[in-house]
Amino acid sequence: MALIRNGFLAADGYSPVPADAPLPATGPLLLTLPQWQAWRTELIERGTPVGVRLASDEHPEALAADTNHLSLIALEFPSFRDGRAYSYARLLRDRFGYTGELRAVGDVLPDQLLYMQRVGFDAFEIDSNDPVADYEDAIGGFSVVYQPSGDERVPALRLRHG
Amino acid sequence: MYRYDEFDHQLVTERVEQFRKQVDRRLAGKLTEDQFKPLRLMNGLYLQLHAYMLRVNVPYGVLSARQLRKLADIARRYDRGYGHFTTRQNIQYNWVSLADTPDILADLATVEMNAMQSSGNCVRNITADPFAGRARDEIEDPRVWCELIRQYSILNPEFAYLPRKFKIAVTGAPNDRAAVGVHDIGLRMHHDADGRPGFEVLVGGGQGRTPVIGKTIRDWIEPEEILAYIEAILRVYNLHGRRDNLYKARIKILVNALGIDKFREMVDAEWEAIRGQGLTVPEAEQARIAQYFRPPAWASLRDIDAELELQATADPAFGAWLNSNVSAHKAPGYAIVSLSLKAPGREPGDLSADKMDAVATLADLYSLGELRVTHRQNLVLPDVRQADLKELFRELVSLELATPNIGLLTDMIACPGLDYCALANARSIPVAQDISRHFTAVDKLQEIGALSINISGCMNACGHHHVGNIGILGVDKKGKEFFQITLGGASDQNATLGDRLGPGLPQAEVPGAIEAIVDTYLAQRESEQETFLATYRRVGIDPFKTAVYGEEPVRRVA
Repeated sequence: MALIRNGFLAADGYSPVPADAPLPATGPLLLTLPQWQAWRTELIERGTPVGVRLASDEHPEALAADTNHLSLIALEFPSFRDGRAYSYARLLRDRFGYTGELRAVGDVLPDQLLYMQRVGFDAFEIDSNDPVADYEDAIGGFSVVYQPSGDERVPALRLRHG
Repeated sequence: MYRYDEFDHQLVTERVEQFRKQVDRRLAGKLTEDQFKPLRLMNGLYLQLHAYMLRVNVPYGVLSARQLRKLADIARRYDRGYGHFTTRQNIQYNWVSLADTPDILADLATVEMNAMQSSGNCVRNITADPFAGRARDEIEDPRVWCELIRQYSILNPEFAYLPRKFKIAVTGAPNDRAAVGVHDIGLRMHHDADGRPGFEVLVGGGQGRTPVIGKTIRDWIEPEEILAYIEAILRVYNLHGRRDNLYKARIKILVNALGIDKFREMVDAEWEAIRGQGLTVPEAEQARIAQYFRPPAWASLRDIDAELELQATADPAFGAWLNSNVSAHKAPGYAIVSLSLKAPGREPGDLSADKMDAVATLADLYSLGELRVTHRQNLVLPDVRQADLKELFRELVSLELATPNIGLLTDMIACPGLDYCALANARSIPVAQDISRHFTAVDKLQEIGALSINISGCMNACGHHHVGNIGILGVDKKGKEFFQITLGGASDQNATLGDRLGPGLPQAEVPGAIEAIVDTYLAQRESEQETFLATYRRVGIDPFKTAVYGEEPVRRVA
């Protein structure tokens, strides 16, 4: 499994915490939602980097008040067919003002990276022999978009009229 | 009609190249069939019983003569010399190879066509009134909005993996020829007191295993807000639609589970949050698209009713055709002509490549080079001079495209059925052929009047049997095919679902049962003006039950 962050191969840096384990003393952590909710106050005080990994049936509204305290939110695709996280990503970016790393994890196919990037993901865990090439192929495949989304691309209906 | 600009061309070209690479990876074994499936589906490619099937979009049913010639060329070069027009105003090729598909898509792109999202769990081809921009009863041309919604939905990243497919239909006329009530979203255009247009939005209609007539979620949406409102509906559906059961994943199930009021509340909350931002349709873009749909340069003519009446008296066959296949046009002296793809014994909706070419020529000669595809699987020449009708009729007779049955009993909708489809339980095309061979007398058809028969080969209802005045559903019982009949369905502005008549019948008994139903109607109707549907609604199902099954319904295996 490789991690692509902002188009580059990257080291993860965040460590998950096993269920029932106590809060580790230090280091960037990737927590489940219940873990985050249990340790929230302590971690905010501590100020070390914290990420939360949401399952596909956990609505990101649960993090709406916490977006300033998190440097990573990972959204899970239990199957590549489950498209809920595309809408979750848009809500996190547009509605809840989240600006940190938004990572796609789970059943993430290279052919879906453009869609994911357009709705606001900037990091992807993919299973690939050449993840950077796959990423560049996917993202660079289209120079025209028809609709505004969670990215900076200007849709055709605006470009046409200056 | 709409023409691509450099942005549209660029996007379609890039899409073809993307799919070419995906097909290469599939053929090289780098993608599993499971991973490839959603990619090919979103490019219109199905794996059917015997071969790949490619479904090509005809956006809201509008087609040029040049495009039809290309469709003929593709049918000859890559398929077996014919194509099949569908209930979603598209065309399907039943015998393409995977390796050829990228070339077919590249060929289509040269005439500004594509197969994007003609399948898959995404927003499908936007459908509309096939008489849009021409019908005399129309209040607003829906095609401008169809094109805006088409562009909004194409490669929309957020909604490419919805719980299930999503169909949108638009009508700008009070007489609904687009069946908007049985779509995931149905849009009806209205005028306000000042004559300004707006949309009534219906949601949660659909057929399949759980047929539902759509409910009005909003009486009025300003035109420039329609994309934002559609996005609000799509987002609520994407987040809350069921994903645990394929058969309960359509938006109608969500709307029914929540109730329309709760669903409306959720959509409204979403809509409020995104209103007035990037999805508001810029006036300049609306104007740009509208100019493509300006009325063509119709000549200044007058209606020639008296002359046509004389011609009809002299030639009753022409009269019958005029009666059923010609509709009122908004420009005086012009007519809308429907070409019946339902000649006796033919497969409904099929057209050979040679006939496609011939029809393209007729469109150039008689209809300003434009055509339409209808959801009842016929073609339309939208701009025919009334003075040319007689000559055009002769041409169409020689092509077997002048069967005078539009809107009549033998103008049947039929899905491809077990002859092609991997889902079907029964053959639908042979049943349609049996019925059309049984009812060949033109006089009888005209005497019966308006009557729709819709045939589906399985409960997925691609043949729209729930909303046929007479619906026929193929079912499999212990390896044998039976056909269940429903009565009283309608897909127009007063859409209703049909009621089940009784146990299923074997194929051989279907035409006789239809005859018994029709004879009952003729005996029961109060006047020649009372349609089958009106009579059925007045007298109910019992007399029809008795006519088909006798006084004591016989128990059959199905």
